[in-house]
Amino acid sequence: MFGGGAHPAAHTDSIRDRMRNMKISTLQRRAQASDRELYNLGITFTVYSDRDAIDRVLPFDVIPRVLSRDDWSHIERGCVQRVAALNRFLHDIYHEQHILNDGTVPAELVLRNANFRPEMKGLDLPHGTYVSICGIDLVRDGQGVFRVLEDNARTPSGVSYVVENRHLMMRAFPDLTGNVGLRQVSNYGMHLRAALAEIAPSSASDPNVVLMSPGVFNSAYFEHVFLAREMGVPLVEGRDLVVEDDRVFMKTTGGLRRVDVIYRRVDDAFLDPEQFNPESMLGVRGLFRAYRAGHVSLANAVGTGVADDKAVYAYMPRMVQYYLDEEPILPNVDTHLCREPEGLAYTLAHLSELVVKPVGESGGYGVVVGPKATRAELEECRARVEQNPANYISQPVIDLSVCPTLIDDSIEPRHVDLRPYIVTGKESWVLPGGLTRVALRKGSLVVNSSQGGGTKDTWVLE
Amino acid sequence: MGRYMERAENLARIVDVNETFARDEQGANDWLPILKLHRDEEAFFERYKKATSANVVRFYIIDEENPNSIIYSVRAARENARSIRHVISLETWAQLNVFYNWVASLTARNLRLSELSRLCGRIKEGVQLHSGIVTGTLYRDQVWSFYRLGVFTELADQITRLVDIKYHALLPSWQDVGSPVDIAQWNALLRSVSAYHGYRRVFPARMTPTTVAGFILLSPRFPRSLSHCVSNIEATLDELLTNEDLQDVSFPRDSLETLKELTSRSPESVITAGLHEYLDEAQVALLDFGAQVAATFFHAD
Repeated sequence: MFGGGAHPAAHTDSIRDRMRNMKISTLQRRAQASDRELYNLGITFTVYSDRDAIDRVLPFDVIPRVLSRDDWSHIERGCVQRVAALNRFLHDIYHEQHILNDGTVPAELVLRNANFRPEMKGLDLPHGTYVSICGIDLVRDGQGVFRVLEDNARTPSGVSYVVENRHLMMRAFPDLTGNVGLRQVSNYGMHLRAALAEIAPSSASDPNVVLMSPGVFNSAYFEHVFLAREMGVPLVEGRDLVVEDDRVFMKTTGGLRRVDVIYRRVDDAFLDPEQFNPESMLGVRGLFRAYRAGHVSLANAVGTGVADDKAVYAYMPRMVQYYLDEEPILPNVDTHLCREPEGLAYTLAHLSELVVKPVGESGGYGVVVGPKATRAELEECRARVEQNPANYISQPVIDLSVCPTLIDDSIEPRHVDLRPYIVTGKESWVLPGGLTRVALRKGSLVVNSSQGGGTKDTWVLE
Repeated sequence: MGRYMERAENLARIVDVNETFARDEQGANDWLPILKLHRDEEAFFERYKKATSANVVRFYIIDEENPNSIIYSVRAARENARSIRHVISLETWAQLNVFYNWVASLTARNLRLSELSRLCGRIKEGVQLHSGIVTGTLYRDQVWSFYRLGVFTELADQITRLVDIKYHALLPSWQDVGSPVDIAQWNALLRSVSAYHGYRRVFPARMTPTTVAGFILLSPRFPRSLSHCVSNIEATLDELLTNEDLQDVSFPRDSLETLKELTSRSPESVITAGLHEYLDEAQVALLDFGAQVAATFFHAD
């Protein structure tokens, strides 16, 4: 909200005017009511203990994060471009492998990647769409430049909070949300459903789309419910599906019903015990055969995880140029690949200034933030990097942009990131909003909910 | 979801009515019949020494280990609702969620005798609010039909169980029909199922085992009667089977026919032939019916 140099950004004038008329106590009261409401409505993630289900609310900050029309249009174009490159890349590595053969991306980086699925070779997908739902994590640096921190091309979560946060704001702050030219986010389900119908096998005239969840014990179960409801499609688990004659059916009270598209929130490894992890209880036997036969579409496709690997990420700007012949609209955060000698040398020499990340993990696991780490942690990190350099990348600590945030009885700056959601069928559409995560601890740069992060409603202005 | 909520309401009714009505005539309050009613004596005495009112109330309201307690039922209803959350209305989930959180927050302090009746009242209201929200918001497809089948099967099961235990309790004094103790028992029974005023309108002056049991089990106008439940089960099932997705489904009707036959009898013939045997037959048929629904529609073994 307050752009560079501590001057509030001009596009937030009218919103700041309105907020100025509210007392802190009013904000606090409404914030408490909102928390209560999130809990009551069950907009929660669930932690299971032996005998109880504990519902936790993701902390919600009532002061919105406001993006101007110009900033948004830049982000939107950048995200569409990035997803186009991701899809072209995935198609390429599962077909001719041009980008590997000519050495633009090191072949072993892809082919030896745990998330590379050789089973996918030669399979043609409708519209070449591998990544139907993409969440791209952006940060804004000290110069005001939006940079990509991470691509989430497997099963990005969090979009339910985007929509529910907005509904909450509209109820709690009718005096703030009205007539500011706020772009809507509540049609996400319609767009998603339409995109999923577009990637259906061409034989399906009126495609039956389902959402496949690991079940009530999954911490994101609320989101699965939310998405099934918003799309108006059945919510199923692996045990509700059956494959006969390479075709997928859903068990209903009236017998079996054909399934054409599965939005699966189950990892590749658990999809089909016949093809992948034989221990999987969450999957459907024979699903992959049906998929290879072209009788069912999966979103996202199998094998997209290789594209959001953190080492592959480092090559994304080059991929944009390679496949699209365009300059990347959204730059990466500078990334040093420890697999390369210069990258390794630089990383080890500047360990205390850098953020070191393992390449195959998500959710902030295994990340060491140099300036915040103890000497012992740094030494341990050094040992791990030296032992297996290819498994690590390092990046400079980005001075994330801040947003005003209600902390107890005052409004203070807190660091934020942004995850826009890009939905792709035949073409890409970007939800005008996104998940703003905020590090509620003073000075903290870690926005993950497991480490004291909360969310904000993200306002994109017309 | 519907079944578990009805169970919670029923438990609240029973605790409430036992506290309020069963105590005065006998001076002290006897809580054993409640344990008998649910065949819970064994489970209860495993963990409690005496069937004091405090212990029994605790056992049925907040004891999480007891599968027949209110907290257990409401939690099961909520977990059930969680798994079908995408097809129930948002309001249904939100109310159930709030209700569960409230029930889960109850402690022994909330169960003091002076508070008990009000507490049971709130629990009943919570369930009634739930069924009102479901009725007012649930989309009328198969989900609605199965919800109703669950609710009416549960109600039918409860009412037969309830009459059965009262019958046992009254057996020793069968000759003294009309004694004050006896009247108090029947009185409590009628009130526990909200049948008292309906009964009084039909039988302003009489209270005999035949008329009371007959009313509770067989009155087509009393909404918790076996008769009313069975005709709703039949209507719901028939409507369900007209659904075009279910054209290929064949449902065995034998247990339903048994239930219909049972509810077509007269109160006198029921009592003469033996109330206990009658209720036993009804419970077996209800169990069969539930199993047939599960096997036919949900492919359960």
